[in-house]
Amino acid sequence: MKTLCEKYAAKLAAQGLATGHGPDAPLVGGLDAELVWNREDPRTDVLSGLFSRLSINSLVFVRPAEPYRTILDFLAARNPDGIRPEDTETRTFLHDIPVCGEFTAEAMAARLKRRKVIVIPGQGVAACGTVTPEQGFVSVSSAVFATFVLFFSDYLNRARNVTLDDEYVDVFSRVVRLLPAPRTDLPGLATGPFINEESVVAAMAEAGRKVVGFGLVDSFFGNISYRLGETIHISQTGSSLDELEGCIDPCPMDGSATNGLTASSELSAHEDVYRRSAFDCILHGHPRFSVIMSMDCERDNCPNRGRCHIHCTECRTVDGVPIVPGEVGTGPTGLCHTLPPAMAKNGAAMVHGHGLFTAGNNDFNKPFARLLEIENRCRDLYFERLSQYV
Amino acid sequence: MDECYGRTGTVLHIDLTTGAATPEHPDGTVYERFLGGRGLAGHYLHPFVDREYTDPDLPLLLFTGPLTGTESPTSGRGTILSRSPLTGAVCDGSIGGGLPTRLKKAGYDGLVITGRAPAPCGIEIDDNEVRVVETSLWGQDTDAVLHALERRLPEDTSLACIGPAAENGSLLASVAVDHRHGGVRGGLGLVWAAKNLKYLTVRGTGEVRVHDPAALVEAREAIVRLTMASPVLMGGHGFSHWGTGALFDLINSRRMLPTDNFRKTWFDQGAEVNAAALARLYKPRDHGCLGCHIRCRKIALDGRSLPGFETMAHFTADVGNADPEAAMEAADLCGRLGLDPVSAASTLACLREITGKDYTDKTLISTLRAMAEGGDLAAGALNLAQACGRPETAMTVKGLELPAFDPRGGYGLALAYAVSTRGGCHQRAYPISHEVLRKPVATDRFTFSGKARIIKLAEDAIAACDSMNACRLIFLAAGLEEYAKALTAVTGKDWSVQSLLEVGERTTVNERRMNAENGFDSTDDDLPERFFTEPGTSGGGVDVPPIDREKFLAARRNYYWVRGLDENGDPTADTLQRLGLDR
Repeated sequence: MKTLCEKYAAKLAAQGLATGHGPDAPLVGGLDAELVWNREDPRTDVLSGLFSRLSINSLVFVRPAEPYRTILDFLAARNPDGIRPEDTETRTFLHDIPVCGEFTAEAMAARLKRRKVIVIPGQGVAACGTVTPEQGFVSVSSAVFATFVLFFSDYLNRARNVTLDDEYVDVFSRVVRLLPAPRTDLPGLATGPFINEESVVAAMAEAGRKVVGFGLVDSFFGNISYRLGETIHISQTGSSLDELEGCIDPCPMDGSATNGLTASSELSAHEDVYRRSAFDCILHGHPRFSVIMSMDCERDNCPNRGRCHIHCTECRTVDGVPIVPGEVGTGPTGLCHTLPPAMAKNGAAMVHGHGLFTAGNNDFNKPFARLLEIENRCRDLYFERLSQYV
Repeated sequence: MDECYGRTGTVLHIDLTTGAATPEHPDGTVYERFLGGRGLAGHYLHPFVDREYTDPDLPLLLFTGPLTGTESPTSGRGTILSRSPLTGAVCDGSIGGGLPTRLKKAGYDGLVITGRAPAPCGIEIDDNEVRVVETSLWGQDTDAVLHALERRLPEDTSLACIGPAAENGSLLASVAVDHRHGGVRGGLGLVWAAKNLKYLTVRGTGEVRVHDPAALVEAREAIVRLTMASPVLMGGHGFSHWGTGALFDLINSRRMLPTDNFRKTWFDQGAEVNAAALARLYKPRDHGCLGCHIRCRKIALDGRSLPGFETMAHFTADVGNADPEAAMEAADLCGRLGLDPVSAASTLACLREITGKDYTDKTLISTLRAMAEGGDLAAGALNLAQACGRPETAMTVKGLELPAFDPRGGYGLALAYAVSTRGGCHQRAYPISHEVLRKPVATDRFTFSGKARIIKLAEDAIAACDSMNACRLIFLAAGLEEYAKALTAVTGKDWSVQSLLEVGERTTVNERRMNAENGFDSTDDDLPERFFTEPGTSGGGVDVPPIDREKFLAARRNYYWVRGLDENGDPTADTLQRLGLDR
């Protein structure tokens, strides 16, 4: 258990969500017969009280690194009952993020009885699990991603509607100064075409690690696939793109086997892209400004407002890259219906509030380059739009 | 008096000896402590749990939950519970179809059936009209009984019955519900037969009151959204598309498909009998329980049900049969005879190992028929193996035959099997969820590290699910977080993940104490020796060694500690007191 606690503390630091050392480094606790922590810290006295109040086996607590710390504290102060982002991650998995005003076991437990992750302003983010510390890691990472998207989306909307206040402007200015510079270099991935399963899996694992290394996914999720003949190799559901070895499913396209039961929930969408096009590899990440821009819309009076993620009928693009509605998975409003035609035509598409897909031939170099290029373009576009209002 | 939201407030006691039906209106605190379904039925079983199945005082319990009959997703479930004639342990079965919904809409949260009718009988419920009637259907197979009742009763009536296996005293007797939704294990069909009860029909036209319909809509949307995002449930390879048979290829590729009575864990001819092969052969259509959007049942063009994963796997790999039609026929015959197909197939596998004789399609069927007629075969794998002087060939825990997941392929599964209150059952903690299906996150299936608490928490969660009466499968996508919101919307009471887990814990410990009162102890929380001494079938990059017994015992000790049990596996006085289950 201690090994797992240390692993996910290290991943939070590697993802840039927390510092790796010092008092703000993550605290990850795991309980089987005995409670263990990844490191010693006086706050574990309080946090240990959560294990006696909740039916859990793991807990992740972290004071996020900047700029997330500032964002979370700001949003929590303005939404003392809870933060409600509207990105897909939150709509589907988090629902909302309760705010807890006190760093006490009683107060935190009261909220964690109902939700998987909470924010304690000025203190940090806490999330629990019943299976492994990975659950807390995913929840914390998702909450940080969702609040980042909410913060920037909300700021642009308020600028457009002239409802910004001085405090928001100050905080936004500070956050922007703290943003890391965009990456413009490319990783130089293995060149294809790949002719056997071994080389496909190696290329996918390499591309996955680079997508994570370039900060183009949250929680290390997203998905990746490669078509080899009539078999699609795709990352498994919930797998971390930086740890794909052993987590890639070969899925025959002829329906002769159901090995893909553990494949990414977006297998159907990938399959349909391959059926409609000559592409043979797909990358999907959750680059932050791509997600922000996919949700940005000036039409306040649109009848689909509030249901944009499933009912948007506008032909929206970012420099020609289409933005389509669609929820995770294969339901009637699933992205499996909207993404494939857009991808087949353009080789890249964004899903409202969800993320960016890019496709290519032979190997992942072009899809990776487009992923990065579109994200950087979305980042520029965000500030261009903002400059129209402030 | 409490407002009755999500419940009718009435439990109906039916005494088959006298034919009397007496309503009871339990105190609201009983509902809060045990919720419904498996929890509430366990509450009613406890005072009588030491009775043999032949004792008229042993109750046969059919309970719904607070979500049953509401717009909450997968809410058309109910529980049948009693003391198992096969194992002597407390045993429940989750049933679907339309029967639980109609029972609730008829005005009853549950039925407590006791006594013994002087002649074979049926119970017929039509809203508040309850009749115990003599029947001439005794001796008929389940299809004949259900078709005869359907011809006579209104179309919106649900039906359950037993078959010849129960009438002939088989300890593997099951219950058929609305043709395709029984699957009750542990020989509970024999409890029906012991009461001379052949069938139950229910028609209910009322409505289940919901406290906050708008909040239920919101909760429902969140649950459905998660379901749609689940590759296991709704993906192109998932249960909605293929039925639970979708698991076949995956479990085989993970080298944990029980083959040749668990002597191997890989079936060479898997591609001939997997879900895709069945779909090609039988062109199935979708079918589901009332209130379910997953619709995991598949019906062949000829009207037979396609077997679920466990039945198909056991009637192929475990008995050494690669003929899909023979497996289909065997599964269909089990349904008509009223045999639990998992236990029946496992008993056949045990017999094959003892005799060394392979089955043909004809002997497979004829042996099944013999099983429904009584004798050693009708007594299950453990009794058969003991009678033959080969007890090591019985792949059972607490006398209940193991389903189609080999415990050497998942150590959480191994622990879950061992400590399960109803015996060889993976559905008490469903560790397949994280050890194979990666939900909610993946765990290392070849370690016991952390598994004691994971299994305890999962047992509590599933017991809560069984007490709300939602389908267990949906918890591969949604969680108690979402269902607590649905339950709050339905009942008007403030439910959280934590309070649901507390109900689940009370339910599980209540079952533990009932088993302890019937003499079960730590020696029963164990696996067949084979799993500690023989390897599985390694290959495909997967090594399947025997389970390390010392590590298993250490994990079991941890489980006892985490669960609040003593070294014998009996709940401590502190645990009972904390949960309000004082003796």
